[in-house]
Amino acid sequence: MDRVIVVGASLAGVTACDALRRNGFEGELMLIGSETSLPYDRPPLSKALLAGKQSAADCLLRPTEWYEQMDITMLLGTRATALDLATRAIELEGGRRIRFERLVIATGAQPRALPNATVNGVHTLRTLEDSCGLMARLGAGVRVAVVGGGFIGVEVAATAWELGCDVTLIESLPSPLSRTLGDTIGQLCAGLHREHGVDVRCNVTVRDVIRNGTVNAIRLDDDSLIPVDLVVVGIGVQPCTSWLETSGLELRDGVVCDSYCRTAAPGVVAAGDIARWRHPNLGLVRFEHWENAILQGEAAAAAVLSPGASVEYAPVPYVWSDQYDRRIQVVGHPAPRDEVVIADGEVERGQFLAFYVRTGRVTAAVAFNRARLIHAIRPLLSKPLLLNKALEALGREDESRPFIAQVTGDSP
Amino acid sequence: MKIVVDHGRCDAHGNCVGACPEVFYLDDNDDLHVLNEHPHEELREKVEAAVRLCPKAALSVTD
Repeated sequence: MDRVIVVGASLAGVTACDALRRNGFEGELMLIGSETSLPYDRPPLSKALLAGKQSAADCLLRPTEWYEQMDITMLLGTRATALDLATRAIELEGGRRIRFERLVIATGAQPRALPNATVNGVHTLRTLEDSCGLMARLGAGVRVAVVGGGFIGVEVAATAWELGCDVTLIESLPSPLSRTLGDTIGQLCAGLHREHGVDVRCNVTVRDVIRNGTVNAIRLDDDSLIPVDLVVVGIGVQPCTSWLETSGLELRDGVVCDSYCRTAAPGVVAAGDIARWRHPNLGLVRFEHWENAILQGEAAAAAVLSPGASVEYAPVPYVWSDQYDRRIQVVGHPAPRDEVVIADGEVERGQFLAFYVRTGRVTAAVAFNRARLIHAIRPLLSKPLLLNKALEALGREDESRPFIAQVTGDSP
Repeated sequence: MKIVVDHGRCDAHGNCVGACPEVFYLDDNDDLHVLNEHPHEELREKVEAAVRLCPKAALSVTD
């Protein structure tokens, strides 16, 4: 018998199942997930689903029949509690053990909680259930504080605003998104939210949540008091590795993998938000991106199916975020301190492409409503890319032209 | 094979262009165009990757 277990009924997990079957795996394939819902897609949870523009059914990754057609044994609503590599078995809640020959770890990540804030009216957003629960509370005039200006936070702020809420966005750094995209782009993001009437508070943290049965205000560390009806906390996630703590696998804010997504244990691979793998160009990295879940799910499936796999997993990272009428797309691996230069378009009109530059080389590109250009640049980033070569590729050969200007990061 | 785009779902992310630029094209307004609805069989793998990488599930391949 040849059994592959995929733990994590996530985008990475479902994609791994798909890729295993597509690549000819004919043994037993089992997908284990802690939630009861069929696997679903996460991007709509902070956008279209939350806004009521998309149904929960339309968020499912695959219809029920697909799992039957692919002959996948589904164990949903079942949490894996331990991995025993000596006997090559997964232990499930309730003590049941299932043996495997090969294993794909795709249990993803879970939201960090605000300390001392487990109270009615304080939400996090990770699951379909979270999104549906939050949606039921949003509406015209509802006072919402979003804590954390990462991708989830800024998207929730925009969606809540679209639904007529009175929104405050709170970020501990000088601007939203600046932890990943730096302060130059972060200030543009802050400006975008302020233009819409969102109260953006930066360089502050939440001191406490004040409640009377449910939330009714939050106090910031600058002593300001913001009356709110609900709080959405988006201060990052942590990989769901607790069930692996006794396994002996190397855990370092994720499951450590080589450049083929393989752990040190033979026949055990990881993919998606949980995988910290050795990217041939970027070093040991972990991404929480939608596309990475797909590509790495495929790469991990290939590696577990053919242990002598010869293709390293070396994608140019890609992430997008939709806020209001803007789509922000990022390719590459920016550092917050990289210099930002505008390569095309006009910042004022909210439509441009910018490069992140470090010692003359382009490390990443960000586009606001410029999808064509971001995809044109992306393949070039798989190798070291000089700024002038990147500009040439856009047909902008003269680096000194005025449309290349550094954006100033002045706060309004 | 034949490529079908559900333009009602398409949101011009452009991921398909990244996966298979031989077939998919975004114009200056970021509107999606299919350059060849019946691409050669040797492009199948790339076209199928484009289908899988569409965040809106707007693409399909028949045949």
